[in-house]
Order: sequence, then structure tokens, then C-alpha cells
Amino acid sequence: MARQSGDVIVDLRNISLRFGGVKALTDISFDVREHEIRSIIGPNGAGKSSMLNVINGVYHPQEGQIHFRGQLRRRMEPHHAAEQGIARTFQNIALFRGMTVLDNIMTGRALKMRCNFLQHALYWGAAQREEVAHRLKVEEIIEFLEIQSIRKTPVGRLPYGLQKRVELARALAAEPHILLLDEPMAGMNVEEKQDMCRFILDVNDHYGTTIVLIEHDMGVVMDISDRVVVLDYGRKIGDGLPDEVKNDPDVIRAYLGGAH
Amino acid sequence: MLYREAGQFKSSYAEDGRIFPIRQDRVGFTLLMLVFGVAVPLLANEYWLKAILTPVLIFSLAAIGLNILTGYAGQLSLGSAAFMAVGAFAAYNFILRVDGMPFLLALALAGLAAALVGVLFGLPSLRIKGFYLAVATLAAQFFIVWVLVKFPWFSNHSSSGVVTAQEVSILGYAFVSPEAKYVLTFLVVAVLALAAKNLVRSATGRAWMAVRDMDVAAQVIGFRLMRTKLLAFAVSSFYCGVAGALYAYTYIGTVEPEGFNLDLSFKILFMIIIGGVGSILGAFLGAAFIVLLPILLDNLVPALFGDALGAGFASNLQLIIFGGLIIFFLIVEPHGLARLWQIAKEKLRLWPFPH
Ligand SMILES: Nc1ncnc2c1ncn2[C@@H]1O[C@H](COP(=O)(O)OP(=O)(O)O)[C@@H](O)[C@H]1O
Ligand SMILES: [Mg+2]
Repeated sequence: MARQSGDVIVDLRNISLRFGGVKALTDISFDVREHEIRSIIGPNGAGKSSMLNVINGVYHPQEGQIHFRGQLRRRMEPHHAAEQGIARTFQNIALFRGMTVLDNIMTGRALKMRCNFLQHALYWGAAQREEVAHRLKVEEIIEFLEIQSIRKTPVGRLPYGLQKRVELARALAAEPHILLLDEPMAGMNVEEKQDMCRFILDVNDHYGTTIVLIEHDMGVVMDISDRVVVLDYGRKIGDGLPDEVKNDPDVIRAYLGGAH
Repeated sequence: MLYREAGQFKSSYAEDGRIFPIRQDRVGFTLLMLVFGVAVPLLANEYWLKAILTPVLIFSLAAIGLNILTGYAGQLSLGSAAFMAVGAFAAYNFILRVDGMPFLLALALAGLAAALVGVLFGLPSLRIKGFYLAVATLAAQFFIVWVLVKFPWFSNHSSSGVVTAQEVSILGYAFVSPEAKYVLTFLVVAVLALAAKNLVRSATGRAWMAVRDMDVAAQVIGFRLMRTKLLAFAVSSFYCGVAGALYAYTYIGTVEPEGFNLDLSFKILFMIIIGGVGSILGAFLGAAFIVLLPILLDNLVPALFGDALGAGFASNLQLIIFGGLIIFFLIVEPHGLARLWQIAKEKLRLWPFPH
């Protein structure tokens, strides 16, 4: 691949996560390098979403360490992750259903806005200038994702594929360093998948955004990933370049085997 | 053809972000303000000013407060009346105990006192949601009224717990006449309603709605739940507190803690359900509706049916209509009268060519 991967920015070491008796993740180590597209694959219930939730502080693993840009993170809350430049989309769309597309995407700018609520109450001077400045940035993203015509639509009225796109827009609005995408193409038709692939590659290319991607479509994964990690029953059973993973006997037996 | 936006192009995002992007709406709104700010106090009779228009404005303010908390931030509260009580009694004590306390400052301090109490009772919202939070705010409702009754200091040891609001005077002008009290109420409510509209259309409002709609996603974006929810409790209670102080000073004049009971809290809740959950306009529509309906029925029922149905009938009918409407709005149109108004406007935009 032409893209140049850089230093390790996220480093998970010996992570174990349990929910009561359920072991969602067992002794998992894995890293993400700057600028790469890092895919996580595995059957349903393998622990893929849990991995993303550990990375951005929604879940707190019982064991293991997380290093972010070389620094050990103590217990991390989601808003800390956001402040570190981690944004994400969810497997089950998590848009703000009572708001328009535009407002949903504007929420993505929250951490970059400085005015306080008293200034908002006046909506004059600094507050208005700030709102307009961020609107400009949001409009760039709207244009990039080709959703101009639905800006003022309440998100609840949109079809599934567009909702996924709006969720990506909201994540991009934060101008993240690391983007966690949980099955962004699930339930899409071929055309929508192609669009989504193009957007992901463009984001990675233009902004150098590091991307951690969970995806079931093997064609897509093998095509766009720099490195792939394979999970099964909460354990890591493979990790490496797409070609290495594809030909790994363990992986074939446990996972790909069924499909081939 | 009268209500058209054709040809009105917005050339900047600032224009697109206006409260009324369509010119007809701006003109209409200005007229509305002139009517209610100038024409009404000049023309309306004393009964309308005292018994209808002033209370509608005050309840609208309380309903805006509840709407901020429940409609925008998604935290159900049954304690609005108690926060009004805090505002009313705080204003009373500030004016009573601080020499030369200006009325508007007392009003602001009353709102701040209510905001402080609101934050305190908002703390449980960090752990509990929905039904259980509603029960916690119910506890606030009873506890606050109990405290105000239990400690006679709050009512300056008046034997019955009833306090009489002092005369309102600003810069030497005494607000005694119904017209003067109405205008004062109108100005305070207009300014605060505009501020509320500004809040909900800016980043603060988006934070509230984000927490309301999907709190995990809101956190992942970087919103802090605690800060966002407590700010909603504070601002909401501030509005209820100012409404409570106005209730005492420009509306009924004498208040007692039990006057701010659960019934009143429910009344305000019904206002936002009927007017529109998550709408500033809805707060006004709901308040007007709930103040006007009983008056309308009182006049209409005898006119239609004579005395045959007895005195209790009108008030029973009122309960039945309220109940029916609330069920209707909860099930069919959760965005209330405000949404119906919006639909009417959309129809009008297309009229007379519906294609
Ligand atoms: N919040 C939770 N509470 C309880 N169990 C959970 C929770 N999240 C995930 N799990 C469990 O952890 C395991 C892995 O789930 P998940 O990470 O969603 O898998 P995947 O995304 O690979 O399908 C499953 O057994 C799931 O039931
Ligand atoms: Mg999953």
C-alpha cells in the first residue's frame, strides 16, 4: 500500500474484560499504528465491539494496560478519549434521533467550541461568530459525504444507509486522530458499501486519520486494510497483513473456514 | 401566496441560523410583540390583564423552565411548583431583609436561589433515569414545601404561613396598576424567553438534546453528563424560580407554601405536553390553553345547556377534556400544539397549489 504507517499510537497489553461470568475479552494484546487502517474481524460475539469500547473508555477492562501515544492511561472515561482525539461510530446507529442532520453533525464540534452558556443565551458577538465558524467546517464535511440535500431533515426520517453516513459525518466533525468504525457497512447494498469504502479511504488519505474498522465483508477488509486482527471467543487468533491472516491455518479453521 | 419563502435566499450561515429565517415570520413576530407589549396594556380590560394575560405569561415562563429540563434535556420532573416556591419565598426574603434591594435584582437572586436548589435535587439524575428520577423530583416537591412550612423564618413568622408580597417599585416607579404589572411581567418573560430560545439553538441546547437522545453517544463525543444535566437543572429551576417570584409579585400578591403544590407541578407538566415537548413556542401555547380552557367552559356550558346540568358539570367536563387531550397528545402528537402550528404553516407554504 502507498500509505505510510507510523509509530504505534494505541497499544493494548494483555487486556481481559468480563461481564459477570461472560469473558468478552481474554488476554488480548494488539496495537494500532498512526495513519493505518486496522481491521478487526471475527464471528458475532467474538468481542470486536468490546475492543472498541475498551479503546475509547466506555468499558473498563479488569486486567491489562492501555498505552496511548506511549503514555499509560489510568481509568479512562469516554470524554477523555474524545479529548485525546478518538471518535467513533456505533454498530447500532447511535444518532440523536430528535435532532436534524445538521445539529447531529454540529454536536461533533462540541469539544472545539469555547463559548459558555451565558454567551449562548445572548447569541450575539462571540457566540454567533463561533456558531458560524463551526457551521462552515460542518458544511465541508456535509459536502464531502454528499449529504447536502438532507441537512435540515430530522435523522429519524432517513433510511438506514444515510443514517450510517450521518453518523460518520458526526464523528468526522471532531477532526479525530483516530476513528473507530463499528460495522459501518452492515446492512448496506453494494453501491452504498462502495461509497462508504471510498469515504473511509479518502479520510485516511487526505487527513491521515488512523482508522480502526470492524467489518464482516471479507472482500472489503482484505482490500482496504493495512493490518488485520482476528478474534474468536474473546481471544486473538490471528494478527498481521491481510494476506498473512487470510492464509493463517488457525484463522481458516476457526473463522474463514466456515465461509469458504 | 401570502406565506412564501420563494426568492428569499440566505446568503450566509448567520442568516440561516436566525430564529425566523422566513421574512413573513419576522414581520408576524414583530407585530405579535407590539400587540402584546403595547396594544394589549392600552386596550385590554382589568379582568383580562389580571386574571388571564399576566398568569398566562408567568405560567409560560415556568413551562419554558420545565421544557428545558424535560423537553430538551430529557429529565422528567414533577417538582416545578416547588422551584417556583423557592423563587417566590427567596424574592420575599431578599426584599424583606436587604435594605434597598432593587426588585429586578431580587428577581434574579430568586432565580439563582431556585437554580441552586435545583442543582441539589438534580444530583440524583446522575444515577437514575425516567420513572425513578420523576419519583426523586416528587420527593423534592414535598420536601421543599415542607421546609418552607416547617421553618417560619421563611414567611417572616406570619401566623398562617401566608406572606404578602411587598409593593414592586423600580427606579421610584411603583407597579401597582394591572397594566403596569402586566407590562413588567411581559418584559421579563420576553427577555427570558428569547434567552431560552438562544440557549436551545446553540451548543448548550445541542448538548442537552444529545444527552436526552443517546447518552452513551453524547459521552463518546465528549459531553460530560454531569455538567450537562446539572446545567439543565440549574437553568430550568432558574426559570421556574423567576416565574414563582412573578407569581407572587405581579399576579396573586399573597402566597403560601402550600399554594405551590403538586397540582401546580402537574399543571405545568400538562402545559408542555399540550403545548409541545421541546418547544419554546409550545410553552406559551400550552400555558394559554390551560389558563383559558376553564374560563371558556365556565362561560360556554351555561350558555349552551343553561343551569340544567348543575354547577359541578363544567369543572368535571374540564377534567375530562384535559384528560382526553393529554392522552391524545401523548399518543398522537407528542410535539403538541406547536407541532400542529408548524404543520399548518407548511400547508400554507404550498397553498393554494399543493404540488
Ligand atoms: N454491556 C455488556 N454487558 C454484558 N455482556 C456484554 C456487554 N457487551 C458485550 N457483552 C458480551 O461480550 C461478548 C462480546 O460481545 P461484542 O463485543 O459485542 O462482540 P462482537 O462485536 O464481536 O459481536 C458477547 O458475549 C456479549 O454478550
Ligand atoms: Mg459488535
